Amino acid sequence: MKRFIGFIQKEFYHILRDRRSLFILFGMPIVQVLLFGFAITNEINNVDIAILDHSKDATTKEIIAKISASKYFSIKQVIDNEASIEKVFKKGKIKAVLNFEKDFSKKLITDNKATIQILTDATDPNTANTISNYTTSILKNYQQDLNRGIQLSYQIEPKVRLAYNPELKSVFMFVPGVMTVILMLVSAMMTSISITREKELGTMEILLVSPLKPFQVIIGKVVPYILLAVINAIVIILLSLFVFKMPVQGSFMLLGAESILFIINALSLGILISTIASSQQTAMMASLMGLMLPVILLSGFIFPISSMPLPLQILSNIIPAKWFIIIIKGIMLKGVGLNFIWKETLILIGMTLFFITISIKKYKIRLE
Amino acid sequence: MKAANAIQVKNLTKTFGEFTAVNNISFHVGKGEVFGFLGANGAGKTTAMKMLIGILKPTSGKAQVANYDITSHANDVKKNIGYMSQRFSLYNDLTIKENITFFGGIYGLKKATIKTKTQALINDLGLHDEANKLVGSLPLGWKQKVAFSVSLLHDPQIIFLDEPTGGVDPITRRQFWEMIYREAHKGKTIFVTTHYMDEAEYCDRVSIMVEGKIEALDSPKNLKTQYKVDSMNQVFLKLARNIE
Amino acid sequence: MSIIVKNISKSYGQVKALDDISLEVRPGELFGLIGPDGAGKTTLFRILTTLLLPNEGTASVNGFDIVKDYKSIRNNVGYMPGRFSLYQDLTVEENLRFFATIFGTTIKENYDLIRDIYVQIEPFKNRRAGRLSGGMKQKLALSCALIHKPKVLFLDEPTTGVDPVSRKEFWEMLKRLQKQNITIFVSTPYMDEAELCDKIALITDGKILQINTPEAIKASFPKKIYKVRSSETFKLIQDLGTYNKTHSAYPFGEYIHFTSTQSDFQPSELIDYLKANKHNQIEVLETNATIEDTFMELSK
Repeated sequence: MKRFIGFIQKEFYHILRDRRSLFILFGMPIVQVLLFGFAITNEINNVDIAILDHSKDATTKEIIAKISASKYFSIKQVIDNEASIEKVFKKGKIKAVLNFEKDFSKKLITDNKATIQILTDATDPNTANTISNYTTSILKNYQQDLNRGIQLSYQIEPKVRLAYNPELKSVFMFVPGVMTVILMLVSAMMTSISITREKELGTMEILLVSPLKPFQVIIGKVVPYILLAVINAIVIILLSLFVFKMPVQGSFMLLGAESILFIINALSLGILISTIASSQQTAMMASLMGLMLPVILLSGFIFPISSMPLPLQILSNIIPAKWFIIIIKGIMLKGVGLNFIWKETLILIGMTLFFITISIKKYKIRLE
Repeated sequence: MKAANAIQVKNLTKTFGEFTAVNNISFHVGKGEVFGFLGANGAGKTTAMKMLIGILKPTSGKAQVANYDITSHANDVKKNIGYMSQRFSLYNDLTIKENITFFGGIYGLKKATIKTKTQALINDLGLHDEANKLVGSLPLGWKQKVAFSVSLLHDPQIIFLDEPTGGVDPITRRQFWEMIYREAHKGKTIFVTTHYMDEAEYCDRVSIMVEGKIEALDSPKNLKTQYKVDSMNQVFLKLARNIE
Repeated sequence: MSIIVKNISKSYGQVKALDDISLEVRPGELFGLIGPDGAGKTTLFRILTTLLLPNEGTASVNGFDIVKDYKSIRNNVGYMPGRFSLYQDLTVEENLRFFATIFGTTIKENYDLIRDIYVQIEPFKNRRAGRLSGGMKQKLALSCALIHKPKVLFLDEPTTGVDPVSRKEFWEMLKRLQKQNITIFVSTPYMDEAELCDKIALITDGKILQINTPEAIKASFPKKIYKVRSSETFKLIQDLGTYNKTHSAYPFGEYIHFTSTQSDFQPSELIDYLKANKHNQIEVLETNATIEDTFMELSK
C-alpha cells in the first residue's frame, strides 16, 4: 500500500508542476461552458429584418408593430419594391424580409385570406429556420386574436408545450454535452498522455523492472485523474446552476455516481490508447481523433442522432458519450431516477468492464 | 585581425541570467587546421559552438568566422560553414539520396550540381546498394559518415563537428577521422568536439574548457610536455579535476 | 553464478540483434559488455532485466529464470537504462524517495550503500533532476538504481556522452560498490573502460567476439604491434594503407598502430619504406596490444 501511495504522490507532483497543463485542465471547462452557453446558441435575438409593405393599411401596421415589439426582431429597413429584396440580402445585415401583399386588409375581410411572404437568408440554415418559426408563431398569435369571439366551425388548435426546457434555452442542451466532452478529454487524453510519457522518457523501463504490479501502475495513474475529472464535473454543474440558472431536477447523488461511472469508462479508454500508442503525440492524436470527434459529432451533443443516416445512428450506439448524455439530460432536465435510465447505465457499465478487461489483457509486462 | 585565420574569437562571453556559460574566451583557428574543442559536460562548449555557428547571440565580445562577424553577418557565416552534430544529422525517414537532395536544396545548390555531388558522395562512401534505403536503417557509423559528407555539400570553408563519433565502432571511428584528415588536407578548417581523448591527439591543436574559460590551448604534444604526462586523457583529468 | 546466459538469440523482424550469445558472470564480479552502438548490448540488457523475451535460448539472473521467475528478478536487481530515465520534474530527493518507496524501502534504511555517491549530489537535493549536469544526473540515476540494495546491478552505457572526468569518477564508484558484494553488469562503447572490468565480453553485430579478463584478451592479440609516427600523420596513414606488407594500420592517439602480414617482419623494412616515401622524424617501436586493437582485429 505504501508503494501505491508513493506512486500516487509522484503523479500529483507531475500534475501540479506542469502549470500549463493544469491551467488548460481547469480553464478549459470554464471557457467551454461559457462559450457554448453565451456565444454558440440556436436562439435568435434582435435579428435585423426588413419590411416590404405593399398595402400599408391598419392590419399590416398592427402586424408590423407586433413583430417589432418582440425581442427577436428589430426592423432595420423599410423597402418599397421587390427588386430591393435581393439588394438588402446581398449586403448581409438583413436576415429576413416580410413581404405583405397588396390590399392586405381588404383581402382578409373579403376573401378571408391574405398572404405574407417570409423571405429568409438561408446561407445560415439554422437561423433561417428559427426566424421563420418565430415569425409564423407571431402571426398565428395575431390570427387567434382576430378570431377571438368569432364562432368558427371545425377548428383544430394545436397547443404546443415545450417540456423540460420551455424557453428552448440552448445552454440546457450544451451543458450536458460540454460536461461529457470535458470528462472524456480530461480522463482519456490525460491518462493516455501520462502513461505514454513514461514510455517516452524511458522511466517505464524502470517501473517495469520493479516490484510494482501492472495494475498498481495503472490504478496509480488513474486515481489522480478521477479526482481532477470530478472537480471539473463539479465546476461545470456549479456554473450551469449559477450562471445559466439551469436546474438540476433529479438527484445530485445519482448525477455524481453516473459521472464517476462515465469518468472510469473514459479512463479505461485512455489506458487502452496508451497500451497501443508509443509516444505522447500518438496518444494525443488518438484521443482527439478517436474519442473527441465521435463524442462531439455522433453523441447527439450537437447533431440530433434521430436525424442522422441509419449507419451513423447504428454507429452512435458504440459511443459511450451518447449514453451518458441521455443519462445526464434525464437527471438534470427531466429529474428522472435510476428506474428510467437503468438501461443506459447498464450499457455504460458493460462498456467500462469491456475496456478494462482489454486494457489489462493488452498491458505489457514487458517492452514488446 | 589576420585574414588567414578561419576563426578569430575575442573576449567572447555569454551569460544566461546569473550564470556565465562562456566567460571571456579568446582564441583563433588557422586555415586548414584540425582544432579540437574539449571540455567537461557543462563547461560551456556547446554554448560557445552555438555562438560560432551564428545561432546564438553573444552577450559581449567579438568573433569572426570565415571572415564574417558572427553577430552582424550571421547569415553569411551560416553559408560558409558546415555543421554536423551527434544528435541531429540526417532525417531517418528519408533515403540517403533524398537527404542529399534536401540538404543540397536548402543550401541553394543547382539540380545538376546536386546530381553530380550525390553520385560522387555515393561512390566515395561505396554506398551503391544503400543509396535508396532509409537512413534510419543504416548502422550509426555509416550514418555519421554520410552526415559528414552532407555537411560538405555546399563546399564550406569551415566544418563544425559536435561529437561526431560518439558510440561509433572503433574501425568506423578511424575511417571517420581519415575523412576529416582528407578534408583538412584540402585546406578545410575542422572544428571538432569529442569525448574520446585519443581523438584529441589527432588534432593539430586543442583547447580545454573548464567552467566557461579556456584553461589550456596548444598542440597535444606541447600540452603533454607542459603537464608532464604522456596522454591527453591525463592532461584533461589534471586540468578539469584540479578546478573542482 | 550470478548471471547465466545460454545461447540467447533475438531478432526484430529481419534484423538479428543477438545471435547465439552465451556468457556467465560470477557473484561479485564487475563484468563489462564492450561494443559499439547497435551491437546488441541494450537488447541483452533488456532480456536480462525481463523487459524482452528472447527468441531462443535461456538465461537466469541470481538463479531465477528470466521468463518464468521474472517477478523475482524484478525484486532483486537494479537497472539503469541507457538514456537518463528519471523524472525530470521531480527534485533529486523526490526521485530517490520515489524509487525507495516503490521497492518497499526507505532512503534511511539503505543510505549506507549510496552515501558515497549521494553525498556528492545531496547539496542539490531540492533541485529538479532536469536541471542537473550530465555527471550529476548519472550519480542520481545510480543512487536510484541502488536504493533497494539489489544483488545484481545492470548499467546500460552509464558513461556514454559523459566527459572523461565524470567517467573516471563513475568507474571509481563502481569499484567501491563491487566491494559491497554486488554483481555489476555494465556496458560501454568506450574501449578504454574495458580495462577497469574484471572480465569483459567484446560484442559486435549481435555476436560475441571473445570473453575473458582484459589482460588475457590483450595477450591474445595474434601479431606483433608497432606504433609508428612521422612528421606527417595524414600522409603516413595513406602510405601505410598502400604498403604491401600492411595487415592493419589504425591511428591510436599520436601514433599509428601497425601490424604486418609477414610473420618475420622487421621494423627496419618499414623505416626504409617510409624514408623512400619522404617521411621525416620516423619512429617505429614495438608496443603492447590494447583492448581496442583486439576488438578491431576480431571484428575485421
